[in-house]
Amino acid sequence: MNQISARLGRRLFTTSLVAGALTLGLRLPPARAASGAPVPAGASELGLWVIVQQDDTVIVRIARSEMGQGTLTGLAQLVADEMDADWAHIRTELLDTTDNYNARHAWGDMATNGSRGIRTSQDYVRRGGATARAMLIQAAAQSWGVPSEECSAANSVVTHGKTGRTSRYGELAAEAAQLAVPTTVALKTQAQWTLIGKPVKRLDTRPKLDGSHVFGLDVQLPGLLCAAIAQCPVFGGKLKSFDATAVRAMPGVRHVLQVDEQSVAVVADKFYFAKTALAALPIVWEEGEHAQVSSATIAAELAQGLSAKDAAIGNQKGDVDAAFAAAARVIEADYATPFLNHATLEPMNATALYTEAAAGARVELWIGTQNSDDALLTAATAAGIKPDAVKINRVNLGGGFGRRNRIDVPRLATLIARQLPGIPVKMIFTREEDMQHCYFRPVTQGRMRAALDADGRVTALAARISGQSVLATTRPQALKNGTDPTAFEGLEAAPFGYKSIPSLRIDYAMRNTHVPVGTWRGVNANQNAFFTESFIDEIAHATGRDPLALRRDLLADSPKHLAVLNAAAERAGYGRPLPQGRFHGVAQFSSYDSFTAAVAEIELSATGEITIHRITAAIDCGYAVNPDQINAQIEGSFVYGLGAALFSENTIENGRIAQSNFHDYPVMRLASAPKKVDSIIMPSGGFWGGVGEPTIAVAAPAVLNAIHAASGKRIRSLPVKDQLSHQA
Amino acid sequence: MITLHVNGTAHQIDAPPETPLLWALREWVGLTGTKYGCGIAQCGACSVHIDGQVMRSCQLPIGDLGQVKITTIEGLSPDASHPVQRAWLAHEVPQCGYCQSGQIMAAVSLLASTPKPTDAQIDEAMTNICRCGTYGRIRAAIHAAAGEG
Ligand code: FES
Ligand code: FES
Repeated sequence: MNQISARLGRRLFTTSLVAGALTLGLRLPPARAASGAPVPAGASELGLWVIVQQDDTVIVRIARSEMGQGTLTGLAQLVADEMDADWAHIRTELLDTTDNYNARHAWGDMATNGSRGIRTSQDYVRRGGATARAMLIQAAAQSWGVPSEECSAANSVVTHGKTGRTSRYGELAAEAAQLAVPTTVALKTQAQWTLIGKPVKRLDTRPKLDGSHVFGLDVQLPGLLCAAIAQCPVFGGKLKSFDATAVRAMPGVRHVLQVDEQSVAVVADKFYFAKTALAALPIVWEEGEHAQVSSATIAAELAQGLSAKDAAIGNQKGDVDAAFAAAARVIEADYATPFLNHATLEPMNATALYTEAAAGARVELWIGTQNSDDALLTAATAAGIKPDAVKINRVNLGGGFGRRNRIDVPRLATLIARQLPGIPVKMIFTREEDMQHCYFRPVTQGRMRAALDADGRVTALAARISGQSVLATTRPQALKNGTDPTAFEGLEAAPFGYKSIPSLRIDYAMRNTHVPVGTWRGVNANQNAFFTESFIDEIAHATGRDPLALRRDLLADSPKHLAVLNAAAERAGYGRPLPQGRFHGVAQFSSYDSFTAAVAEIELSATGEITIHRITAAIDCGYAVNPDQINAQIEGSFVYGLGAALFSENTIENGRIAQSNFHDYPVMRLASAPKKVDSIIMPSGGFWGGVGEPTIAVAAPAVLNAIHAASGKRIRSLPVKDQLSHQA
Repeated sequence: MITLHVNGTAHQIDAPPETPLLWALREWVGLTGTKYGCGIAQCGACSVHIDGQVMRSCQLPIGDLGQVKITTIEGLSPDASHPVQRAWLAHEVPQCGYCQSGQIMAAVSLLASTPKPTDAQIDEAMTNICRCGTYGRIRAAIHAAAGEG
């Protein structure tokens, strides 16, 4: 234990701290709290999350990552509200990853994924705000010689009601910091919230308007060199040889380095020189055993999984086999989804500096990451040093969508820097490298079957998922009984809404490929919602039911699912006449502890061009911290999800990704985006659901169901691409 | 040495003439508001103004530029006060913000040639990629900025 954590061990952590579940029953001696994180001169730290300056500025520490989703502002709202701080004087500061590591994660988990940024930290950050408030009130009460209970706080001012005396937070902070941090604090009731639930403006917009927001790609340091990297295009293959002499004399080139077993980098004065020389570098790859794999061979493996005997059960009730045996009619359909790159607009990059000193080697990283905890550990491992000898400078992320959870980038950057002690090196993936080397959304197929009785009622539903496991790539130690429980995302007993179906079996045949896969915004809920919500529509059409009416029946025992569905349908005017040529499609799904539904209103041209006139989306996320940022996440989810559904796919040829850039990996642009996204935010209270990902699940099926309504064409394999173009 | 006129200042650039303007701006001039997204004129993250006209700088070799006046996001206004920047702020357009330099430069150019663009004209002019999906707000902010002008 180093000094800081030893001190914390004595002072702060008298109660046990479980990673990710911070108990704020901290008992502090009546001395100044010192968490180990820095405090500006003249400012006072009040508990773990808040620093108050003499000029009344309140600095809220932020542990999670901001990648555009608005979490930074939302977290500050939570703290400021419980603290009764004046929103006009709120600032944020990104918590240092090493400080958190040294304090044994006193500030909780920093990983920002699974739509957890707010919902899993809301309790302890709100307590952090309430703690600071209690200390400020107590400081004021003591200075006035009155009981704390007679004092109140609002807008960063403490008031003693009886005498009308007031004191500003900035005046009180130094005194407050001398007090014991309270062991228990009461949180406000929802009715007392003043900031939570308000569409306050984001705190981080201004620098995004004039080019001053510093992303990883923009990091500048004295003596900085830049690296362009090439990894073996066939996953699992190796670097056999490269001819550095061919490029050494090119402009700006300083070094040509083997990075690890499968990659080589050119390091140059400028990235332009590095990538130009890398493109000219003769490289021989040892492509290995996967060089013959193609999308077709993968599809055949997955198709085999659709009927394989062996599959892991994720959700089961009733006697499905008996129901199918007794069925008057069986409906069946197979679906397929491709690999997908996240294609964050800022390509992967990180800057690393490795230094050697008598006290031991150190690594400093500048990286936009969704997971600075893992980046810290990764850099330490790659450099062969202790984690507390790593410093992470958390720079802004040009999009995340799950891609920046992964540790390949901090690892590669550290491995390059380690070979060049004392020189900061910025490693950037070209777009082509970024497109080829990702942790892709997994390729998946689904076989849906429904048993119907003589009246067309659904007596059983069977879903077989066959596809690649995210966990098997990202956290193989988390596999359970050799399979991936997250494959069932949204179809597990709790979130699965169609509880009126008497018997049910949802199972999974894991079929892993050599392609690395990962968390892609919405993760497995995307595929599962596409399979299920398309198939419910198929059942409706096969039985002559209205798709909305059928869903309402099957969701009769799922009031929250039903509520969002009804809200979206009503706002969209579902069932009422639409303008000539326009059609509705509907979908609902629950994931990340939120409930979502959408109605798409679309038009197909004679040549099969789709116009998405309007999306009406409803979400129940329990509590809505910032409705405008929830709107933004819903708008973004539809663009991201529909771009994928309509246009994007990564295919495999000769063991490698066949696409290289946005010309062959088309994404949604403004002209093809929904003309209008109408969001209904309907927090029903009592739980904290996610926001960044849940609505993406309904994007594809709502539009695909509308396409069916418009054309009679059922799209079962994504992306849609030119499947509608023969319509003319 | 190649001379580039960027945001009203002449810069002597010691880079090969085939260097794309994008990299000259980012790595020689030191203006990093102009972003790299694709390098092949697909995404628009690198959009700048060449004599007032929006262009994708990743496809412009500096040796071909001559005396043109280059404006980058940093040169649009001293204090983010350009009507388009103000509209972007009012509509809270940015999410991650990475594409927004390019989006703003494209919108300014559109409004210069078409002061009151229709939705169809916006569709046609605004072809830059935003992965965060801010297109709806971009459209609304352009209409708002047009109303102001
Ligand atoms: S970087 Fe120039 S258009 Fe993408
Ligand atoms: S705001 Fe993130 S790419 Fe546009």
